[in-house]
Amino acid sequence: MTLRLADVQVGTELPERTFPVTRADLVRYAGASGDFNPIHWNQRVATSVGLPDVIAHGMFTMALAGRAVSDWTGDPGALVEYNVRFGRPVVVPDDDAGAEVTVRGKVGALLEDGGVRVDLTVTAGGEKVLSLARAIVRLA
Amino acid sequence: MALDRELVGRSYPPSAVYEVGRAKIAEFARAIGSDDPLHRDTEAARAAGHPDVIAPPTFAIALTLEAAMVVLDDPDVALDYSRVVHGEQRFTHHRPIRAGDRLVATTTIEAARTVAGNDLLTARVDVATEDGEPVCASTSMLVARGEA
Repeated sequence: MTLRLADVQVGTELPERTFPVTRADLVRYAGASGDFNPIHWNQRVATSVGLPDVIAHGMFTMALAGRAVSDWTGDPGALVEYNVRFGRPVVVPDDDAGAEVTVRGKVGALLEDGGVRVDLTVTAGGEKVLSLARAIVRLA
Repeated sequence: MALDRELVGRSYPPSAVYEVGRAKIAEFARAIGSDDPLHRDTEAARAAGHPDVIAPPTFAIALTLEAAMVVLDDPDVALDYSRVVHGEQRFTHHRPIRAGDRLVATTTIEAARTVAGNDLLTARVDVATEDGEPVCASTSMLVARGEA
């Protein structure tokens, strides 16, 4: 079911989503994206550069938040503009549960050119991990 | 080491052609946990008006991050890669990337400045088909944390 422009107004909230993130997810993302920086899979390297533990790729967190938008619109092709600032890292412990990334969002503005601006709040462990996270979608 | 403002506007030669495969799109979609059929089912993509399966909105990073490395390889760019973190990311899509696309990435330095001892460098990678049709732009702000 594809969301339509008539279905949204300023303040419309996206369904809240929670995504588990495990070490296995980071390894899979490293392979798919080609980003093999060891801080995303090797605790020894991560701690040697001052991180508390292995951290998720910022781009993986961005992709999860993008999924929350695409699943809401029902069309991944509707997203035309997407920007984030990487605030804090998502620390992923070496256990079966991993970390949890929570994505909330709401329509912040209906733009003159027909775009819909979605303002996202992305947290892990109660802390904001992305800031200034915004997507613009085009709905039929 | 401070970044030279004169780097702003510098552009690098286009990348080699990157051919987008259906299997790569499906792999990337699986890696971000998406089960949307538009990423893996050609018939579903065609029914939605696309010529072939389309990539998730952040897929472009698989080619643009590597393309942007040309900046870090530039001897005039004094950025300590071991201290570099990804500060900000923006995508602008003219249309979704799709299987069968033959893409070329061209990197330009959009901004370079030093703030509180940290070097901030913004690189924009314009992605177009080899025939010149604009597809998307990926803009990455890289931060090299100061020694302090």
